[in-house]
This record gives sequence, structure tokens and C-alpha cells, in this order.
Amino acid sequence: MLTWIAGFILLIVKLGIVLGCMLFLAAYLVWAERKLLARLQVRYGPNRAGKFGLLQPIADSIKMITKEDIVPEAADRIIFLVAPAVVATTALLMFAVVPFGSSLKIWGREIPLVISDLNVGLLYVFALSSLGVYGVALGGWASNSKFALLGGIRGAAQMISYELSLGLSLIPIVMLAQSFSLVDIVQAQANYPFIFVQPISFAIFFISAVAESKRIPFDLPEAENELGAGFHMEYSGMRFGLFFIGEYVHIQVLGALAAVFFLGGWRGPWLPPPVWLLLKIILVALVMIWIRGTLPRLRYDQLMELGWKVLVPAALINIVITGAFILI
Amino acid sequence: MNTDKNESPMTQILADLKALAIGFATTFKHLFQKPFTEEYPEYKRPLPARSRARIILTRDPDGGERCVACYLCSAVCPVSCISMQSAEQADGRRYAPWFRINFGRCIYCGLCEEACPTAAIQLTPDFEMCKQDILALVYEKEDLLVDHGGKDKQYNFYQYAGVVTDVGEKGTHIKEEKPVNIRSNLP
Ligand code: SF4
Ligand code: SF4
Repeated sequence: MLTWIAGFILLIVKLGIVLGCMLFLAAYLVWAERKLLARLQVRYGPNRAGKFGLLQPIADSIKMITKEDIVPEAADRIIFLVAPAVVATTALLMFAVVPFGSSLKIWGREIPLVISDLNVGLLYVFALSSLGVYGVALGGWASNSKFALLGGIRGAAQMISYELSLGLSLIPIVMLAQSFSLVDIVQAQANYPFIFVQPISFAIFFISAVAESKRIPFDLPEAENELGAGFHMEYSGMRFGLFFIGEYVHIQVLGALAAVFFLGGWRGPWLPPPVWLLLKIILVALVMIWIRGTLPRLRYDQLMELGWKVLVPAALINIVITGAFILI
Repeated sequence: MNTDKNESPMTQILADLKALAIGFATTFKHLFQKPFTEEYPEYKRPLPARSRARIILTRDPDGGERCVACYLCSAVCPVSCISMQSAEQADGRRYAPWFRINFGRCIYCGLCEEACPTAAIQLTPDFEMCKQDILALVYEKEDLLVDHGGKDKQYNFYQYAGVVTDVGEKGTHIKEEKPVNIRSNLP
């Protein structure tokens, strides 16, 4: 009984720390994005609130929380209210299976540095990221506005297409690590990170990941120039903020997944493991921001063509080749 | 994507990759460039003299009020934010006892300035006049009236107007001929 209670408390503490870190990082990721994007475009970015605009995320969140929460009269009220939570929750839940260290020994107890070592961790991640589409599609649908609806439909179509190549690009990794568990996948990269043996997989995974997180050049569901703000057009206040948090947590999760599957997870010399994982997440996020600062948005047909005619076949061929190598 | 059909797919892919690399290199170089941004409250860009912002009522070179309360600006104003009362001075000059512009409504289109026959109402480049209290944006004549000629320093309407005032008798105005005694040139 006592061990059970201790384990429960431990879980809650871990959850609290991880959740706090993720939300904090999400807020400062927004800051980093605005700042870096500005420099990429030869601007300054936020520099009024605090030194280097470092208090900007706090100012933003205060603004978001205190703003009026408007629900359009014609909206489907319940779905409209729930949709942002779906986006944010699924993104946050995905982090549960990401290991951020091997294990810690405190008072003679072995503490695994992962919230839950699911043996089907990878499938869990995919299940949740597919569920995240519901937030986008339902949010767009429930707003009862044509732009939001278009954004939602685009989001659904795009995420279904890229989910496929995202999944296929990871099958070689599963074949190499011989496990669906993210902990085991990191263990399997003890000697070298998988990016060296699977560069094509990594490229496909990364492109699909950018598309999954609805970022430029794949931000068709939001497409400011044509759709206003796309699926979250009718949202205001903290509900809009939830979509925002969801997006940036999603970026972190994808960064963490890229780190776990290809960059050796928490492995690295000198620094403690969680720091390495954090550094890798930030690196992936920075590259995503750089991409956003450079590339224009794809057209819808180009998006579909890239997904179905390039990424999916390439991923399939990659699986066959990897299989052949493993057999030999 | 390059759509030149004669090229082999490989050269096409290489060309595309090169284009991508150039793009990424360009934005990367921007990181180390000094931003072009002019930071507003610290640096105030000198505005052109004809920028349209806060409105003033100017005076002629002799210090008299130029406005003759003709209501033309008020009539042309698209948002009807000018109101006034007209009256006459002892010497026959018209003037506005009160003149009011509601800057909460003004869209700074400059039509009032174009309509004004006496160059009295003019827009200035000073745009920093936002207020917390919207009623504070209603400017009265005392707030509007300045003691200079604005953009057109020399113009004095009454020197041209052909109206008898302190500025000039009949026939003394610029480009005005002496009054003709219509009986003297009868055949
Ligand atoms: S600038 Fe335009 S809107 Fe403003 S007072 Fe003059 S005519 Fe009216
Ligand atoms: S400001 Fe000019 S247009 Fe307006 S009433 Fe006076 S003289 Fe007439």
C-alpha cells in the first residue's frame, strides 16, 4: 500500500514538473519564434516588455486570459467550446511516453525518467496525433463560418495524408530497434543515433512533422492570406490561446519525437540527459522557425502531391530497403 | 518546381535543391544583419510637411484670423466632424465665434483643407494626440487657433476679396481695378 501511494505521489510530481516545463517552454517558444523570425526578416521582434521582450509571453497570457470569450451566435456551442481543449490536450498527452533520461535513484527507489513506458508508445503517439485532427476539424466546423470550415477541412485532409508518411517513415526505426516502446528505441541508439543509418526516414519524418504541426510551408488550415485565420478564426481569448498552446506544445512533442527516434533521445556527453533532450527539442524547433522564415506556403495540390506521390512511396521503398539490409 | 521537360529528373532535383539552399542561406545571412526597423518612440522619423494629422486654424500675415466661417470645410467633411457659428465683425469681416473639430471622428482626409478658400484650416504632421478620454479629442477654437500662417505664410484673403474691410477699401485690393463710375462712361 505504501509503495503504491509513494508511486502515485511520484507520478503526480513527475506530471507536474513535465507539464510545467512544457507550458513554460511553449510560452517561450512563441517568444523565440517571434524574435528569431523577426531577425530572419531583418526586424527586431518584440522588445518592449522587459529586456529583449522577455516578459512578452507573460503579457500575452495575461491579455489572453482577461479577454472576452466570444462564442458566435450561430456556432455549435458545445463542440465549439470543447475543440481547443482537444487540440491542447492531445498535444500535451503525447509527451507522456517520451523518455527524458534513463532512471534516477532517490532513497533507494528506482525512478524511471518517463511518465509512462508504454510498450506500444509509438502507436499511442500516432493515435493521439490523429485525435488532434478532431480539434482542428471540429473547431472549424463548429464555428459555422465559411473560412473556418475551409480551414478545418483542409486541416483534416492534410493531417490524414501526412499521418501516413509520418507513420511509414518510422517503421524502419521500429525494425531497427525491434520495439514500439520509446524507451527501448532510445536504448537501441546507445552506439549511434539512427539519423546516420536512416537519413531518408529522417527527412520524410521531419517534413511530415512540419505538416502535422500545420506550420509554414504547410499552414494551409490557417493560411492567413486566404482564410483570415482558418480554423481558429472565430475563437478569442483563452480558447484561441489553447489552440496556440496546442500548436507550440505540438512543436515540442515533434521535436522530442525527432530526438527520440533519430537523434539519440536523451543521450549525449557531459550534460545531464534531460538537458540533452531539451537542447534537441529546441534545435528542431529552431530549424522549424528557420523554415518558416524562408519558405512560401505550398498550394493545396502541391501539398497533396508531395504527400501522396513523393513521401509515401519514398517511405515505402525505404522500408523495403531497410528490411533487405536487416535480412542480410 | 522546374517544369522544363528536356531536363533529366536528376538535374531538376539538383536545381530545386540548389534553389532551396539559396533561400535558406539568404534568410540565414539576415540573422547577422542589423534590422531596418525604425523604433518609433525613440526615433521619430521627420515627416513631410504635407503629412495629414492634427488640424490648425491659421492667421494671416497681419495676425488676423483667416477663417471667414463660410462652412465649406464643414460641408465637405465626409464625417461631419466640423461645426461652427458664423458672425460679422464691426469692419465687415466674417469670423467664427466658436469653431469645433471632433478629432475622435476626423479621418484626416484633408478635404477641409482643400475646400477652404482662405487657407485657414490646415493639417499638420503632428499626429501624437491620442487621449484616454474620447471627449478630450473635441478641440475648440482656442485649441485649434495658432499664431502663424501655416504652410501658406503670405496669403491674406481680404487683400484679394474685394470686400470693404479694415484691410482695404474698394479698388485697393490686389488685381482689383478702381471702381468705375458707371455714369461717367455713358455715351
Ligand atoms: S480632415 Fe477630413 S475628416 Fe478631418 S475635419 Fe477635415 S474634412 Fe473632416
Ligand atoms: S476654415 Fe476655411 S472653409 Fe472652414 S469655415 Fe473657415 S474659411 Fe470656411
